[in-house]
Amino acid sequence: MSGGYILQQLVNGLILGSMYALIAIGFTMIYGIIRLINFAHGDVVMIGSFMTLAFLQALGWPFYLVALAVMVGGALVGVAIERSVFRPMRGAPQVTGFIASLALSIMIQNMGILLLTAQPRNFSFPDIFQQVITLGAVSFRMVDLVIMLTAWILMIGLILLVKMTRLGVGMRATAENLEVARLMGININRTIMATFAIGGSLAATAGLMYGGKFGQIDPLLGFVPGLKSFVAAVVGGVGSIAGAICGGYIIGMAEVLFVGFLPPIYSAYRDAFVFGLLILILLFMPNGLFGKKSEDRA
Amino acid sequence: MYTLSQRLVFIGLALAGGLLILLMRQFLNDYILSIAGFVGIYVILAVSLNITNGFTGLFSLGHPAFMAIGGYTCAILTFPVQRKGYFLSGLPDWLAGTELSFFPALLIGGLFAALGSLLIGLPVLRLRGHYLAVATLGVIIIVQVLITNMGGITRGPLGLNGLPTLTNLWWVYLWVLITLYLGWKLKFSSFGRSMLAIREDEMAADCLGINLLRTRVQALMVGAFLAGVAGGLWAHLVTAITPKSFSLILAFTIVVMVVVGGSGSITGSLLAAVIFSMLTEAFRPLEESLNVYGIGEIVLSLILILILIYRPIGLFGTSEPGWLSPGKRKSLSGTAGD
Repeated sequence: MSGGYILQQLVNGLILGSMYALIAIGFTMIYGIIRLINFAHGDVVMIGSFMTLAFLQALGWPFYLVALAVMVGGALVGVAIERSVFRPMRGAPQVTGFIASLALSIMIQNMGILLLTAQPRNFSFPDIFQQVITLGAVSFRMVDLVIMLTAWILMIGLILLVKMTRLGVGMRATAENLEVARLMGININRTIMATFAIGGSLAATAGLMYGGKFGQIDPLLGFVPGLKSFVAAVVGGVGSIAGAICGGYIIGMAEVLFVGFLPPIYSAYRDAFVFGLLILILLFMPNGLFGKKSEDRA
Repeated sequence: MYTLSQRLVFIGLALAGGLLILLMRQFLNDYILSIAGFVGIYVILAVSLNITNGFTGLFSLGHPAFMAIGGYTCAILTFPVQRKGYFLSGLPDWLAGTELSFFPALLIGGLFAALGSLLIGLPVLRLRGHYLAVATLGVIIIVQVLITNMGGITRGPLGLNGLPTLTNLWWVYLWVLITLYLGWKLKFSSFGRSMLAIREDEMAADCLGINLLRTRVQALMVGAFLAGVAGGLWAHLVTAITPKSFSLILAFTIVVMVVVGGSGSITGSLLAAVIFSMLTEAFRPLEESLNVYGIGEIVLSLILILILIYRPIGLFGTSEPGWLSPGKRKSLSGTAGD
């Protein structure tokens, strides 16, 4: 096993991790603010990738416009989900929200199958994205570079937003204590809606990236990355944005290393491994890497 | 205590069910009978999940995993010896030479499922609320992956097919009765009260001297045992079993039945299971003829979301119909969930 091979695998892990991190941020922010495990979050990724397909190939918009439209569209989807499903049941036990999100996820997936058929669809980014860049022993496509850079820019932007702006202060206050934040004059509904909008926007962007990287999309594609990103959010400590980013990269790396370095027999156990990891972390490190003090997790 | 007339009502209902089956077997074709079998299996699943989820408030999604364990165990035990050596090369010799009849195989399948739930439950039941739900969802995936990769015993992704058609309506009905009886007895026993107490207020239950972990594990094991039996019935009704048979969608379907019927109400899950499984079967030919796959799941999830928003305690809450509940305990049947 040469050094170049290892380096190449690490770069692959970084690319995959960037996408997981973007999705995990949404999970963690939504959990942080209303203690909801939003299972339908992965399906926003799917919606984002189909939006990309529609704007890019059916409508033929230029790429920058497509990216912008997907981000706005994802935010709208996030807001719609919050308004229609989760706001009416706010204050209900946590499990209620989780089961509702599971129902929503199954509904979105089956609507996708109904309207778009389960047949995978191919799509490709414009040619410049397909260029192969070789740096020493490592080679990747332009699209991979763009994925990583975009992810980093978005993450930095998000952290600045949460740290510096009035909205960000409101979000942190609401996450800390919803009731007190309301008493302090923060518009809770608007803050929660903004959180869903940001989460949805990032997830839809991840969907665009998914399509660009793998070149094939179908209505069920959001399920597995959604689950893995959830695990990433738990690894990092649910509620912490920095934790979600680290968790995303850890899961991305772990997955690539698992497949790249262990004998092929084990890669069949990849999904079992991810969930085994999740259960172990929930049991022994319920706060993850960056989570705050223990809540009622275990 | 139950009055004599109540006991007679129970016996009468059981006999009426038996008579119904007798008539159905006389007059209906095999297709309708197999649908009736599925309805019964769903009743077993919903009521047994209600013991875990509804009574004790442990939101487990692990039922399909236990069904898979029970179903595979049962299917391997009843598999004809002549074909075993060829199909299932990984079996140890003593198992390859064994062929059990249906009832003991079902029991052993159920026991294996209960054993599996014990192994899973001891660590995982320390988790609460939605974290438990996520962890048990992981258990479904882990069991699926393990079964897929144990080719010598389970034939991997191909699954076992050509199983003998052992399940008939009588077997299903027998287990429906056992499940209902067990659920009913549990609910109105001190053990059942402990379960409900844990659901309502853990700390108070702990203070009253209820052993939390033990009660939880027992609740999970009872549910898992019945799920394992249901898995065995399922396998021998479909006459095939694959790792994909027991998926998250199945867990979701059972959860819908429990939530809509009312967490903690046996009558509720019984009715919800009957209605939903018949609806699902009704949607199937519609989906195939109109080519609109997925409409059943969409309707199911829509109903669940609406119920969660507008009537989170479900149709029956925790209660049973008054004329079927044991006397002088009306106070319990009035309390709803949280």
